[in-house]
Amino acid sequence: MTTVAVKPATMAQALTRALRDAMAADPAVHVMGEDVGTLGGVFRVTDGLAKEFGEDRCTDTPLAEAGILGTAVGMAMYGLRPVVEMQFDAFAYPAFEQLISHVARMRNRTRGAMPLPITIRVPYGGGIGGVEHHSDSSEAYYMATPGLHVVTPATVADAYGLLRAAIASDDPVVFLEPKRLYWSKDSWNPDEPTAVEPIGRAVVRRSGRSATLITYGPSVPVCLEAAEAARAEGWDLEVVDLRSLVPFDDETVSASVRRTGRAVVVHESGGFGGPGGEIAARVTERCFHYLEAPVLRVAGFDIPYPPPMLERHHLPGVDRILDAVGRLQWEADS
Amino acid sequence: MTVMEQRGAYRPTPPPAWQPRTDPAPLLPDALPFRVLGTEAAAQADPGLLRRLYAELVRGRRYNAQATALTKQGRLAVYPSSTGQEACEVAAALVLQERDWLFPSYRDTLAAVARGLDPVQALTLLRGDWHTGYDPHEHRIAPLCTPLATQLPHAVGLAHAARLKGDDVVALALVGDGGTSEGDFHEALNFAAVWQAPVVFLVQNNGFAISVPLAKQTAAPSLAHKAVGYGMPGRLVDGNDAAAVHQVLSEAIAHARAGGGPTLVEAVTYRIDAHTNADDATRYRGDAEVETWRAHDPIALLERELTERGLLDDDGIRAAREDAETMAADLRERMNQDPVLDPMDLFAHVYAQPTTQLLEQEAQLKAELDAEADGPHHLGEGAGR
Repeated sequence: MTTVAVKPATMAQALTRALRDAMAADPAVHVMGEDVGTLGGVFRVTDGLAKEFGEDRCTDTPLAEAGILGTAVGMAMYGLRPVVEMQFDAFAYPAFEQLISHVARMRNRTRGAMPLPITIRVPYGGGIGGVEHHSDSSEAYYMATPGLHVVTPATVADAYGLLRAAIASDDPVVFLEPKRLYWSKDSWNPDEPTAVEPIGRAVVRRSGRSATLITYGPSVPVCLEAAEAARAEGWDLEVVDLRSLVPFDDETVSASVRRTGRAVVVHESGGFGGPGGEIAARVTERCFHYLEAPVLRVAGFDIPYPPPMLERHHLPGVDRILDAVGRLQWEADS
Repeated sequence: MTVMEQRGAYRPTPPPAWQPRTDPAPLLPDALPFRVLGTEAAAQADPGLLRRLYAELVRGRRYNAQATALTKQGRLAVYPSSTGQEACEVAAALVLQERDWLFPSYRDTLAAVARGLDPVQALTLLRGDWHTGYDPHEHRIAPLCTPLATQLPHAVGLAHAARLKGDDVVALALVGDGGTSEGDFHEALNFAAVWQAPVVFLVQNNGFAISVPLAKQTAAPSLAHKAVGYGMPGRLVDGNDAAAVHQVLSEAIAHARAGGGPTLVEAVTYRIDAHTNADDATRYRGDAEVETWRAHDPIALLERELTERGLLDDDGIRAAREDAETMAADLRERMNQDPVLDPMDLFAHVYAQPTTQLLEQEAQLKAELDAEADGPHHLGEGAGR
């Protein structure tokens, strides 16, 4: 048995590799968006693609998000598989009408005759010191729209595997890229064929017995850090990385909560009307008799995303998560 | 290294003085709408084409009347009539090759029917049966689009994709005067011009966006003038002159097919009926205005041309009307049959593979349907404790 030499790679590199491999495998795959060509994207995720595949396959578009997604709809109608970049979370909002009124429902309104295999890459979330409109967590909007898959990786390997799956999907996929993990490194071997991760499966990142932290995207490393810190308090925390918000993996989440009896949902976006409410309700419906405490949420505050100098107070951090874990002793204390 | 030296590294020469890229004059529309009927240009028109346009206009008028009648009988939830605009609808359909694509708005059922779509399939959206009653690929007609102007970027993308694949395909997108105020109109025209996509935009300027007149919609000299800013030609045409609309669209499509890029065509027409059967047009316009446009009716214009030139006689007129009656009777009969819908279809086409959540909901609906069939509802075991 040979040992594969693995080396550190960043999530951004894995995403680039996924785009390159997808474009090489299928001539129908077209990358498009503002700055994705010559510049290689403001995060360099599309670096080198225009040079390798030509500007017809990796296209710098006019600066217009509705136009980018709207023309991608027409391209998909003609058999292409567009991968569009929205550059920053809040820049995607002008494209919402195309997304919601057309992309999400074209398969449904044509009774299956006109599926739209479009991947919409949205760098999202805070923690990079971005100014206003550069740090939104917009996943709840996408989750609320039937017809879309919503995916967000937290590891380098998943970034590759999930993006390949998204591009291969015959349905539109909103692919949320946690900006502050772009430069996080994992041991990953980009020179070897890399596993494609099917959309819709959560994964247990860390096993534990005392409680489950249910999380995704940029909050996964924070939860893992919190789980390590909680060991000192005698808590053995399990961390579930959802990876896919739609479809939602009830099975993995429920199995974990039934084992531990306690759960905290952790995410950056606001709690009110946010993903955590849906997740907590699902867990409660499925695991009520196993729960030792209410399902708690640790979320961003219900405020417009704050200025960078204050964002550390807004983003769920280790202390806030540990505080919630402490409150899971609710039943014993009451 | 100083900052100035760094700048010099990527900008070694001073910028040239700014110059407009092209002379805008060839892009500008004519001052008056282009006309064929009643002019010397009519002599050049193909008699076969004129007769075909006439037959389709008569059918189209009858189709609009029948569909409107179906709303009164409760067979259609709503119908946005294109009475008065049939010349635009018919020319748009007839000008396309089979391989080309049509991108209609909600008012353009007639264009879809004139292109060969089954009239019943064209009406499923408005009947409330299903959102799109046909396979768009089969007829190369995109689904009727209800949001305004959002189908225009689709047309651009499809035309662009076809050209990338080396296919000789043109897309024709229809939009109303109100739709030109939407952001998607701007983005679509801009993308089309930058990409030189083989696409033609036909604005049917029928005077009103529901109740808002053109003067409150735009301050532009004409809607065709908007083309110049995008770097594409703008053409102004009499939208009630079927021969003129056909000719202008033919030229625009040939230009696009030859790699010349997009064209914006504004057809000046008038909506004789209200916005839909649910609208009261007397609140925002007077009878005198409507009568002026009735006097410029697209069918009458073409009928006069054809009869004066000896291309149509009373028998021909009667034949066209009988053909239209046959179509209307068939439509009426088929629309009077109750559509049979399967509630389980609700879950059939949300995703390629239904999610586990949808499978659960599907099972719930199935149970509800079974229970409905079994009789009155009872609270489940454990309820009321």
